[in-house]
Amino acid sequence: MTRLSKAFPADRAALIAFITAGDPSVADTLVILDALVEGGADIIELGMPFTDPMADGPAIQAANIRSLSGGTKTADIFNIAKEFRTRHPDVPLILMGYANPMTIRGPEWFANACVSNGIDGVICVDIPVEEDDSLGDALRNEQIALVRLATPTTDAARLPTILNNASGFLYYVSVAGITGLQQAAQASVEEAVKRLKSATDLPIVVGFGVRTPDQVAAIANVADGVVVGSAIVELIEKYGKDAPAAVKDYVASLASAIASAR
Amino acid sequence: MNEQANSFKNQPDERGHFGQFGGRYVAETLMPLILDLEKEYRAAQNDPEFSTQFDDLLTHYVGRPSPLYYAQGLTEELRKAAPEGKGAQIWFKRDELNHTGAHKINNCIGQILLAMRMGKTRIIAETGAGQHGVATATVCARFGLPCYIYMGSKDIERQAPNMFRMKLLGATVIPVESGTATLKDAMNEALRDWVANVDDTFYIIGTAAGPHPYPEIVRDFQSVIGKEARSQMLERINRLPDMLVAAIGGGSNAIGLFHPFLDDKSVKMLGVEAAGHGLDKEHAASLSGGKPGILHGNKTYLLQDEDGQIDEAHSISAGLDYPGIGPEHSWLKESGRVHYDSVTDAQALDAFQLLCRTEGIIPALEPSHAIAAVAREAIKMDQDQIILANLCGRGDKDIFTVAEALGAEALGTDI
Ligand SMILES: Cc1ncc(COP(=O)(O)O)c(C=O)c1O
Repeated sequence: MTRLSKAFPADRAALIAFITAGDPSVADTLVILDALVEGGADIIELGMPFTDPMADGPAIQAANIRSLSGGTKTADIFNIAKEFRTRHPDVPLILMGYANPMTIRGPEWFANACVSNGIDGVICVDIPVEEDDSLGDALRNEQIALVRLATPTTDAARLPTILNNASGFLYYVSVAGITGLQQAAQASVEEAVKRLKSATDLPIVVGFGVRTPDQVAAIANVADGVVVGSAIVELIEKYGKDAPAAVKDYVASLASAIASAR
Repeated sequence: MNEQANSFKNQPDERGHFGQFGGRYVAETLMPLILDLEKEYRAAQNDPEFSTQFDDLLTHYVGRPSPLYYAQGLTEELRKAAPEGKGAQIWFKRDELNHTGAHKINNCIGQILLAMRMGKTRIIAETGAGQHGVATATVCARFGLPCYIYMGSKDIERQAPNMFRMKLLGATVIPVESGTATLKDAMNEALRDWVANVDDTFYIIGTAAGPHPYPEIVRDFQSVIGKEARSQMLERINRLPDMLVAAIGGGSNAIGLFHPFLDDKSVKMLGVEAAGHGLDKEHAASLSGGKPGILHGNKTYLLQDEDGQIDEAHSISAGLDYPGIGPEHSWLKESGRVHYDSVTDAQALDAFQLLCRTEGIIPALEPSHAIAAVAREAIKMDQDQIILANLCGRGDKDIFTVAEALGAEALGTDI
């Protein structure tokens, strides 16, 4: 079993917390990551900031800008990962971001950096299956999971294409849209998760527009994992350097919602 | 001939790649849509009804064919400063005379017909100079579809007349404040809209960039420029030009002119990027000053730092103020078939005035870049040689920008 597969408990859904690396600063990110783990996050999704985050809504766009304006470099992100790996040897760390920062030095360089800094998986928003060779082969060669995305526009004909070579987990983007405020109807999430589960043994994780403990609990009833991003990023925006305490409390409220779900 | 392995016209491949460039780098949510679009485009290509309708609108609504014009005044003016026997003849393809004042309308006509074939009921677009926004708003008014245009707030300021035209045409213009508040951010915002409105919305991309099949579709619709120019040249003087010149923002007017000539070996081609304040300062010349990367659905040359963060572009011309370029140009550069050069803001302003005074034509700032390069090349070429440049837009939208740049005094009036 990999670190990632072990992070999905048998008796409840996993809580996956997203933040943007370097927001509000590289040093603060390390403390906020501790808070996520202490609050009860099972898996961390660490966003790689990009100047042009076209799949993100206002909250995460602003986090990207805060991070880049603070001077965050790709090297800083891998340093964060390395330090996180020392502090939290068992918590999987997934990098999430856009194709250009991931491929600019070549896919092998990126895959190597992932391995040497304790990254378990990668989610790349703008590399669909059709362009998998831009990154996928390099990651698979290093046993790094390349997490595939399914969306409300993924029909039965396309699903097998997405599942081919998928690893780690399957990320269900629950709304056709960007990260942030839009919310999916619970019924549509349930229907989609059922459909995906019948097509794959990979854990099914649901994200985009999930904010509150109630939503998390409802999704945790059907899915193997729930991702919360913008709601946490908004706390970081609000509290800045003082965010860790607020973030920890919020994540704890999400974790207890999951614990009482099934 | 198109199918020959040694042709320059057989790109892209079935995955939408032009060599290593192009492709479909989009969010999974959009993949089914662009696959549908490709299917519909292939059907339209095989449907004589589609091309009949396209051609008819280009003739009677856009006003095509646009004239092919021998610019004698400019030719003679440039010869004054040229070495003995030098000074090529300069010809223009007059796409600034199109309805709405630029080449952008050619593509919009084609794409709105595709949108309607696909049963889409809502149109979105990005715009920089506002010419593509105006052209999109125009075809939406013509066919009765609601139209939403994303435009950077910086561009709204410097292209105010086009903002007003779009509103008159019934479009909703959405100012984009994010990032650098220019064309690239308008494109990000349009992509965000599209991904959230996949069922009813068609995205009319304004240049030969974006995910496959857009670069191919836009090129094909704009190729009317080069097809006309080629046969007009043969008809008028029974020969092909020695050199083609066009300005490049995303590259749609340039590829439209170049593509039909790509396999004519004797015809040289020059694409002109915006060098802004200079290539060592802020500029928008992605081929001269950038390197390959992935943005807005395609792999292509981009202005970016070593981490792949996109740099801010700068050009006095809003239509060229973009840190990328269509993928086919990246491929044509690497294959060596087309040469690319750049022209600064100051050089473009000089060329703008030169054309006004020698030809009685007020060009847009975008083709002013091409004209500056034409002036540079013409004096190196013999008098019996021919340069054909794409006059892809008229300058009405730019007169305030130019007045500000020159200072009203330079014109001897107070505007
Ligand atoms: C008149 C004109 N020319 C050129 C351009 C640049 O675009 P492209 O390189 O796609 O022709 C624009 C863009 O707005 C324009 O308005």
